[in-house]
Amino acid sequence: MRPQSEAELAEMVAGASGPLVLRGGGTRAVGAVEGEVLETGGLSGVVLYEPAALTLVVRAGTPLAEVEAILAAERQRLGFEVPDMRAVLAREGVSTIGGVVAANASGPRRVQVGACRDALLGVRFVTGRGEVVKNGGRVMKNVTGYDLVKLMAGSHGVLGALSEVSLKVQALPEAEATLVIEGLDDAAGLAALRAALGSPFDVSGVARVAGRSLIRVEGMAGSVAYRKGRLRARVAGDVTVAEAGASAALWRAVRDLEALAGRAGDLWRLSVLPTAAAEVAATLGGTAVWDCGGGVIWLLLPAGQAAEVRAVVAGRGQAVLVRGEGASPFAPEAAEVAALSAGLKAAFDPRGILNRGMI
Amino acid sequence: MDMPSPDAGILARKARILARLAEVLPADAVIGDEAETRAYECDALSAYRCLPLAVVLPRTTEEVSAALRVCHEEGVPVVPRGSGTSLAGGAMPTADSVILGVARMNRVLETDYDNRFVHVEAGRTNLSVTGAVEAEGFFYAPDPSSQLACAIAGNIAMNSGGAHCLKYGVTTNNLLGLRLVRMDGTIITLGGPWGEPAGLDLPGVVCGSEGQLGVVTEAWLRILPKPEGARPVLVGFDSNEVAGACVADIIRAGILPVAIEFMDRPCIRATEAFAKAGYPDCEALLIIEVEGSEAEIAEQLDRIRAIALTHDPVEFREAADEDQARRIWLGRKSAFGAMGQINDYMCLDGTIPVSSLPHVLRRIGEMSREFGLDVGNVFHAGDGNMHPLILYNANAPGDLERCEAFGAEILKLCVEVGGCLTGEHGVGIEKRDLMSVQFAPVDLEAQMRVKDVFDPQWLLNPAKVFPLAASAGRRARR
Repeated sequence: MRPQSEAELAEMVAGASGPLVLRGGGTRAVGAVEGEVLETGGLSGVVLYEPAALTLVVRAGTPLAEVEAILAAERQRLGFEVPDMRAVLAREGVSTIGGVVAANASGPRRVQVGACRDALLGVRFVTGRGEVVKNGGRVMKNVTGYDLVKLMAGSHGVLGALSEVSLKVQALPEAEATLVIEGLDDAAGLAALRAALGSPFDVSGVARVAGRSLIRVEGMAGSVAYRKGRLRARVAGDVTVAEAGASAALWRAVRDLEALAGRAGDLWRLSVLPTAAAEVAATLGGTAVWDCGGGVIWLLLPAGQAAEVRAVVAGRGQAVLVRGEGASPFAPEAAEVAALSAGLKAAFDPRGILNRGMI
Repeated sequence: MDMPSPDAGILARKARILARLAEVLPADAVIGDEAETRAYECDALSAYRCLPLAVVLPRTTEEVSAALRVCHEEGVPVVPRGSGTSLAGGAMPTADSVILGVARMNRVLETDYDNRFVHVEAGRTNLSVTGAVEAEGFFYAPDPSSQLACAIAGNIAMNSGGAHCLKYGVTTNNLLGLRLVRMDGTIITLGGPWGEPAGLDLPGVVCGSEGQLGVVTEAWLRILPKPEGARPVLVGFDSNEVAGACVADIIRAGILPVAIEFMDRPCIRATEAFAKAGYPDCEALLIIEVEGSEAEIAEQLDRIRAIALTHDPVEFREAADEDQARRIWLGRKSAFGAMGQINDYMCLDGTIPVSSLPHVLRRIGEMSREFGLDVGNVFHAGDGNMHPLILYNANAPGDLERCEAFGAEILKLCVEVGGCLTGEHGVGIEKRDLMSVQFAPVDLEAQMRVKDVFDPQWLLNPAKVFPLAASAGRRARR
């Protein structure tokens, strides 16, 4: 099914006789759910874009690339740096903005400006009951009623089918530079990232991949030059500096997990305390890409290690199986929390037809 | 302001309820005496008052749980309270309710600079969170004006903002995880210091739920390294339109100041008479603050000056030193007090798209004449969060009602231009009955279903947020 309007989407959900699989472009969904596919690609286009207010309202099925092009024409962008997961997940397709929101897909700049959920100002969505609900709006500060906007971000389609999203955007910086640090082991290389995060120099990316630690600053030219100098004086190891396009290429590789693409195994995304990052990865083995100062670990492991991964992060973080079979993508929550999640799913989708079994 | 009639059965059982609470709490944690409960009869929306049935002041999460379990079994509504600084009546009691104050729970449980978080009990005041980490060069970013007094519990309940959220976001963007006690006494942990919930973003929906989903007793908060320095500039204009255009140009140029504050002429005059900050007598005034090293501040101010000068400001004043910086902020920070010197006032909190600024200010001016009440505007211009202050005389019969009617018209205007009723104060009782201006019944129903899940009997802060008529059936469940 491929509705061409929000009203049609609502009719299709209301009239569905069995489970539905909500799909934007099918480029980043985790897990496997069964049912009739409902594609949102027909709900496309910009509803409103005010560059001077840093706000964009767009239909959920709009291709991400189109959103990025519209923003770039005004020298703006989505601040949360959306990963392109197609290579690492071996998928084709056209990523949609609704899918980005449903997955709360966010990249390295999350350490500075927050995740997709932090940039999400408003939503319109169709619940499993077939009702069209709006929440939030298009202004930066809004505490009017409950914040279902945050609830929808990262809900992977289990509460409703997004039809429209409002996002806060940001200006493109005039300059960027990245310190590339070599010659440190993982523990020392991750400590360097934490030191950068704890500095007043407003870093916008802190990652470690293939034995190199990367620290990014962005902004006005003079400010970038100043901060990169101050940061360089603080870190050990062999430091070189990548500027402008070279810096951007480094971060595209981190964001899209180029180091892990085309390789066999299960792909995990772990959220842990940065100080635990080195030990967690060493304990589990595999190949790691550390982002967000170590707070996010992308880990490529041999298949079938779900129990080990979940035991290692239990009580001190969480893990999502992004690519792999034989385990559900999300770990079971504590019973009291699971009861609330189940209650919310039942409230929004009493028939349990939307992406059944996902969370 | 309509409030539901108190439940006579509960009032009749007061002695028994107090006795049961006293069984599970220390003697000094239960207050039933009218002379002492009077301190809890209102919050900062002081036009509305009501004595609660009782007040409990637990010291631990377990005591909160025990108190809630008793109230749950007795079917008694509970109104959670931080420091009672709500401007929306979020902590206002009803006669049949128990106030659950968390102010005694104010410890710092853990500071972790390497992982940049602080774990606090929710009764801790906002400013003292920063106080606990500033010696190490860190701060907690959300900074509501009441930060000296307001509690993290209330900040989370209302998703509080502040002057600097243009750069740092509001409470929800700085909240990593929390401990919550549900109405039935169940203690749960949502999220954690690593900052990402494992499934649905439950901390995200608890934040801003105005104490209706549970009582937050602990929170993990993001702390940030303090910038090297900060400096404000003051720019005066002879029209609101031009000041609004200047704000748009600054944002459009890719500059992100930490704050852009806006004051209009009535507000400038009032604060000048009160605080004598030396502000120019002009139609509109911006205070723009930037952060960084000396060189970075200079770089940003050069750009801002260049943009401002294209709009022919009547004044562009840079702070040469700390004292001048303080004087630039002095008037802004005294604005509410200054308006209060003139008369009683009501402070609104609607947000508008920044592009609608000139239109909205013009309409507010027209309405001010229609209602015969003066209004001054001071607000966070970068994010469109307005704070119109309507002056009225609380002792003049009918003035409060006229003021409320005027306020409602302004908030409707905010919604009409694409904004919202409240940007950072919350709905409480104040804007409860305007919710249907912004939301269709189905939108409110979706929100109320969330409360059904967390608090099926609607005992937590029940007569707030939703129009009374919309929540009546649910509130009758107990």
